[in-house]
Amino acid sequence: MGEAKYKVGEKVRVMKAYPPGHIRTPFYIRGHTGTVERICGAFPNPEELAQMRDGLPAQPLYRVRFRQKDVWPDYKGPDADVMEIEIFQHWLEPA
Amino acid sequence: MAKPELGKYQPLSYFQLMEVSLRELLVEKGLLTEEQIRREVEDMRGRTPERGAKVVARAWTDDAFKKRLLENGTKACEELGLDVPALKLVVVENTPQVHNVIVCTLCSCYPRMLLGIPPDWYKSRAYRSRMVREPREVLKEFGLVIPPDIQVRVHDSTADMRYLVLPMRPEGTGGWSEERLAALVTRDSMIGVSAPKSPGKNA
Repeated sequence: MGEAKYKVGEKVRVMKAYPPGHIRTPFYIRGHTGTVERICGAFPNPEELAQMRDGLPAQPLYRVRFRQKDVWPDYKGPDADVMEIEIFQHWLEPA
Repeated sequence: MAKPELGKYQPLSYFQLMEVSLRELLVEKGLLTEEQIRREVEDMRGRTPERGAKVVARAWTDDAFKKRLLENGTKACEELGLDVPALKLVVVENTPQVHNVIVCTLCSCYPRMLLGIPPDWYKSRAYRSRMVREPREVLKEFGLVIPPDIQVRVHDSTADMRYLVLPMRPEGTGGWSEERLAALVTRDSMIGVSAPKSPGKNA
């Protein structure tokens, strides 16, 4: 199992990359910066599983919290509104 | 288009045909039996939001259970005899300051073991794309207006976790039994698009 590189509360950026294949990182969040809310454990990499491989070593999975206003500059709701998304470690970089 | 006449032969649709072909192949090759498939379908149909409601009602009446539920949803459900295999359950609590709502923008991940089969709107493109983009407007269309001083927290279920909203216990239910409380907990309130039923009318 891969070691978790980031801690709860740490700022992370989702990589702005567009590889082909089965990716569980939504397009709309790529390139955005958020804060680690919790570490969910480690799970086989879905991009590998989709290719009928074993997905090992398991990838640490995080729940990352983003401010809506950071993701959608024209967001109409209050500043405090947030979204939380599960992101695998290999899609994150330090921010 | 003419309405299909009930009781008359209808040709199979593309996906029905694919399902029948795959099922017959699996049986023919001895990988599954017809009885196993029937039982699995029956079990799947037997899972209803009442399971989730039981979890919520227990959390409303037992603070220690609630604490365990928020820490580790899967383990806490096992205590109630609810086996949730292949499902890491994250329970998110609504409070006077925070309103939670669940969506899966990539497909339609849903806590089926606790809520059964998802409603069609949950799988619709409109819900999936709009709930992350303009949650307050979408909630308003469900009849739920969230005041601006309450934070809206949208959970996009993208990988291995599944989510359940723990709604706020309705006022005026002091001293109620778990069973009575469970009857107020609706499927939609556990997805986060509505509040539980109010105790007034059918108490």
